[in-house]
Amino acid sequence: MTLTPKTSIKPKVAVYKFSSCDGCQLSLLNLEDELLDLASVVDIAYFLEATRTVKAGPYDIGIVEGSITTPHELERIKEVRDECKFLISLGTCATAGGIQALRNFTKMSDLANKVYAHPEYLQTLDTATAISEHVPVDLEIWGCPVSKATVLEALSALLMGRRVNFPPSPVCVECKRRGMICVVVSQGIPCMGPVVHGGCGALCPSNGRGCYGCFGPSSTANFSSLVNVLLPLERFPGESLLLIRNFSGYAPAFRKAADLVLKAAAEKESK
Amino acid sequence: MKTIEVPALARVEGEGGLFIGMKDGKAVEIRLDIYEPPRFFEGFLIDRYLQEVPDITARICGICPVAYQMSSVRALEAALGIEVTPEIYTLRRLMYCGEFIESHALHIYLLQAPDLLEVPSALDLAAIAPEVVKTALRMKKAGNELLKAIGGRSVHPVNACVGGFYRWPDARLVKATLPELEWGLEAAKETVKWAVMLPYPDLKINYEFVAIHHPIEYGVMNGDVWSSKGSKLEVTDYETRYIEEHVQHSNALHSHTKEGGNYLVGPLARLNLNHEQLLPAAQKALKDSKIKLPITNPYKSLIARAFELVNFYEEAIQLVKAYAPNGPAHLKLALKAGEGCGMSEAPRGLLYHRYKIDEKGRVKFAKITPPTAQNLPRIEEDLLALVPQLVKMDQEQATLTAEHLVRSYDPCISCATHFLKLKMEEVE
Repeated sequence: MTLTPKTSIKPKVAVYKFSSCDGCQLSLLNLEDELLDLASVVDIAYFLEATRTVKAGPYDIGIVEGSITTPHELERIKEVRDECKFLISLGTCATAGGIQALRNFTKMSDLANKVYAHPEYLQTLDTATAISEHVPVDLEIWGCPVSKATVLEALSALLMGRRVNFPPSPVCVECKRRGMICVVVSQGIPCMGPVVHGGCGALCPSNGRGCYGCFGPSSTANFSSLVNVLLPLERFPGESLLLIRNFSGYAPAFRKAADLVLKAAAEKESK
Repeated sequence: MKTIEVPALARVEGEGGLFIGMKDGKAVEIRLDIYEPPRFFEGFLIDRYLQEVPDITARICGICPVAYQMSSVRALEAALGIEVTPEIYTLRRLMYCGEFIESHALHIYLLQAPDLLEVPSALDLAAIAPEVVKTALRMKKAGNELLKAIGGRSVHPVNACVGGFYRWPDARLVKATLPELEWGLEAAKETVKWAVMLPYPDLKINYEFVAIHHPIEYGVMNGDVWSSKGSKLEVTDYETRYIEEHVQHSNALHSHTKEGGNYLVGPLARLNLNHEQLLPAAQKALKDSKIKLPITNPYKSLIARAFELVNFYEEAIQLVKAYAPNGPAHLKLALKAGEGCGMSEAPRGLLYHRYKIDEKGRVKFAKITPPTAQNLPRIEEDLLALVPQLVKMDQEQATLTAEHLVRSYDPCISCATHFLKLKMEEVE
């Protein structure tokens, strides 16, 4: 799936925000060495965090940050899809619901009562969901936040009309390649590295802590094996479940992993 | 009916809209609407383990994650009754310098300067003054590189924890940031000279300034909550005077003082209350600029940010040079039930957290008061003060002037939960 520029006209790019922290859009502005070059090869037609100028669609590339959490967003994402030829969901909120998808595991009214004195003023959905649950998405870039390298790879591939090459291996392999000492084996620290999408360069293990899964599930993950490793390592009750139900917790693969943990806990209970 | 319709507010972090109700040419009602969806952080922190809190609260804002991490770890350490070593505290200050540098360089040049130079964005500015934008990006990068050296990455760094840091950052990586920080200090001094010459709209507000004050260091973490009205409170007494409420038109909470007044947090408040604690190069830049304090024009908070940039580059240089990891990178935590609050100065203003935890280290209550929630009522008041000027302008100019005012606050609307539609209409 590539977008080959058929003419010398610069492709029009739109960047949209839904429910999010703005960190992934900021990752675009944080391309300090590449931003001006990038702006010379694409037409930034809509990007409110960076410019007041709004050029009318349709757009060649749409980049969506954030998840769908309000009735308004539910409508807006359909309009966005209609005006973009190639749609990218940027970051873990857009690809899996993100941290706000923790609401999906609890009763929304309880949450609202905990935070707001007048929940009746709020307009919000009971769930926070990925963009692909509502409209077709052409490319997903994972990360909380996304890494510069993956964003640049995706944009250069699109602009040159070639395939996107994302890091194929999970965090665990990136960690081995860096020659790091395994935090699970050497220190007994629970780590999601074997089941999490690479791209961060094994950031957490290199800082002496376990991976907490912000790049989402890798395609080759073996969750039952992971759960067997995690459960005996728990440093406090329920750690495995909390680790899985975090920034990427609503990704379908992680939901299944959480079910495995809950099942194991129930079996232990009945014994 | 006179209606002024303004497009979406650009160059802020988050989404909001503005409504001004007019009667006989006078503003009778003003509302800054926050469309930014609520995300319920304080709700889903419940029953999370305390060591997860700094990673989760960082996700409130991608532009100032360090502020959220620092306020939360300080509050949780207070709940456990522990105090970090001077070495850990100093590394936290250094990390915070990185965030101030990237956030202020972003706001000064990429978010607010386009208003003053009458261009839609920094990218348009790059077409006419490429050197300015290149300098800005390089300044910003110096801050991000420092964050990366300490925290692994600039957005949502991974190294901070309750009790300190997961590990001491590699001294070679930290020291490698020095040449760009030294270049950045000189660029920041030039930024001040440039910032004082820019054409700011006129507006004079009688603010109550509120910021963290410390007798020796420029208030960022340690210190008391000072107000320009004379109130001096310890962090544990913050909630006795500063009260947060939920108003109908906003998904962000609004704050006011116990006496019912609005107050201002952020760079103007900090500079006006704490200029004596600026480091020498920033003191000199302030003196040479001949700027008289207090600055009371919200548009000029850009100038306050410029002075702070000088200060934080200078502090970063000192701390990088002195960096020599010593002692444990983090304290061992002895879990016990407790309650604690913690504060720090996010680049856009005071950020307060309070938590209750149980004996197993699980969060049982969380309260987070972000800077923009405290500033929102103040922004509305400022806009009201601006209306006599707005009604004399054409639609385009009025819109730009009102938007510019909101932008000058650097509102992290996504942090206070939060795009601007300026609607001025006659009301019944």
